[in-house]
Amino acid sequence: MMNSKPSWQVGLAVLLCAVAMATMPMLATEATAPMSRGTTSLVIGLIALSGVASFAMFAGIASAALLFVGAHGAAWLLIAGVAGNEGMARLPYFLLLAAAWLLAWRCVAVLSAVRPVSKQARTLLRLLIPAIFGAWILIIWEAVTRGAGIPFILLPPPSAIAARIGASLPTLAADVRQTIFKAVLFGYVVGCASGFVVAILADRVPFLRRGLLPIGNMVSALPIIGVAPIMVIWFGFEWQSKAAVVIIMTFFPMLVNTVAGLAASGHMERDLMRTYASNYWQTLFKLRLPAAAPFIFNALKINSTLALIGAIVAEFFGTPIVGMGFRISTEIGRMNVDMVWAEIAVAALAGSVFYGVVALIERATTFWHPSVRGGRA
Amino acid sequence: MLMTVNQATATRVDQNAVVEARQLGLTFQTNDGPVRALSDVNLTINKGEFVSFIGPSGCGKTTFLRVIADLEQPTEGKISINGMSPEQAREARAYGYVFQAAALFPWRTIESNVGLPLEIIGLPKAEQQERIKRTLDLVNLSGFEKKYPWQLSGGMQQRASIARALAFDADLLLMDEPFGALDEIVRDHLNEQLLRLWRQTNKTICFVTHSIPEAVYLSTRIVVMSPRPGRVTDVIESTLPKERPLDIRESPEFLAIAARVRDGLRAGHSYED
Repeated sequence: MMNSKPSWQVGLAVLLCAVAMATMPMLATEATAPMSRGTTSLVIGLIALSGVASFAMFAGIASAALLFVGAHGAAWLLIAGVAGNEGMARLPYFLLLAAAWLLAWRCVAVLSAVRPVSKQARTLLRLLIPAIFGAWILIIWEAVTRGAGIPFILLPPPSAIAARIGASLPTLAADVRQTIFKAVLFGYVVGCASGFVVAILADRVPFLRRGLLPIGNMVSALPIIGVAPIMVIWFGFEWQSKAAVVIIMTFFPMLVNTVAGLAASGHMERDLMRTYASNYWQTLFKLRLPAAAPFIFNALKINSTLALIGAIVAEFFGTPIVGMGFRISTEIGRMNVDMVWAEIAVAALAGSVFYGVVALIERATTFWHPSVRGGRA
Repeated sequence: MLMTVNQATATRVDQNAVVEARQLGLTFQTNDGPVRALSDVNLTINKGEFVSFIGPSGCGKTTFLRVIADLEQPTEGKISINGMSPEQAREARAYGYVFQAAALFPWRTIESNVGLPLEIIGLPKAEQQERIKRTLDLVNLSGFEKKYPWQLSGGMQQRASIARALAFDADLLLMDEPFGALDEIVRDHLNEQLLRLWRQTNKTICFVTHSIPEAVYLSTRIVVMSPRPGRVTDVIESTLPKERPLDIRESPEFLAIAARVRDGLRAGHSYED
């Protein structure tokens, strides 16, 4: 089959092109560097031609590739064309942006339907689809903030944030070292480990189970905003006070999840261990902890993001002149929003990597769990 | 502990008895009041016997097996296993138990599931390997050592769980409706294999079932039980030879025993009406 059915995305994109042509010009007449007629026709031509050709002449991967080129080529021309004319964009500009976005949508839809045979191709596809998705969030953000001239202080375009990241690498690196490699990692490890150990203790000693769990519950309800300044008084301005906040935040999710996980093994399995005259620790290590692993990893994943939030917020309450939270709170006061966004971007990236690493370890460890192996009984 | 075992062995009346129950009773305390799960059970199971327990649900057949295994404690009467109390017997690892479901650990491969009890006992690695190989051979699962339980069919999983109970190498095998969840064809096949295993290993087997043909086909003795309260209503000695091809189930002898079991079950039912 060399062609596929026309899609509503492509149809709507072509319609938007027609409306855009009728409502030209793209930029306000007073624009300093108006877009040439050539560029304008190139944008419309790219969208319309690649859209129509994608179903009329091609199918599958070829169709997706054509849509990819059309959508991103048009988006690039649009963003390049608005340079120097910030805030001058008129209706056709946004219509054409929407049309290009529809093509990209169609491209992702086509890619999602492709069922490649080879493993590498499947992996590539699994990465490509969310990458296109993410790229379009940035493209629309860039084109809209610059095209509509949104004030820099409200929302800087991603290109400005990227430029700020590039220009401030040493500062960002120092902040990451202070906040993530000291406060977050230490607090995370100690918080998770102590939650785990207390859960085992509570399991072993019944009176602890009755006494400790309600208190653990109370600790989790402590407002971090209230606790952070007290931790600064106790442990000083350095990273130790932030690590203390992270410990308080990560302790309880680990405690509750481990307690729930230890109760997750079935009656039959426990009876089985009993028929082997297995002692408490043998049953714990050979049955109950492996059965609890999905719960424990859940806590590790929840805590990976909680720890980052805790450390950043805690830095708002007194810190040496370095750290991600410190930078955010001081730069917002100096109206350097691009630096604030740069820190946010770095924090999001670090948080995702942290979460991703934990999730990868989880997949390798709990490969046997139905949620990982795809639900086969 | 060794002393008590020896003393108990010395005082044992019948050297051949593996399980001896006298006036055994068990009452569960539930929220709806006490429930008599077992009442006045007197039974002696001798070495090398294959005894089936059959009856409708709630008749206490599983409870009786769990009392032998020290998974439930009786409230009346006495029971001894190899002359020991159930707790001593469990701690001496005197029996292997096969549950209604395979209860294999999904994070362990088949060989490491079979090796689980051996790890707990603390056998040397080489002997563990040797026993795993031997028992997997016995249940025809050689070649599946490295598979995970969820990669095997239900019948293969149950065979692996039997291998796990056999790897233990206890003389007593307690089986609680091990084939209840399997289809008829797989069940026939496993019944045949189980009989072969029993002849080869000369173990004592207690087998709970609710299938009359299964009970008659497998057993040297059939204990018929009835509910409310759970009690033994009939004990039937099988006259079938030890060597039993599947088609023995069409023989008049087989049908006669099956009829007697059915009568016993019906009598138990009419009692409650």
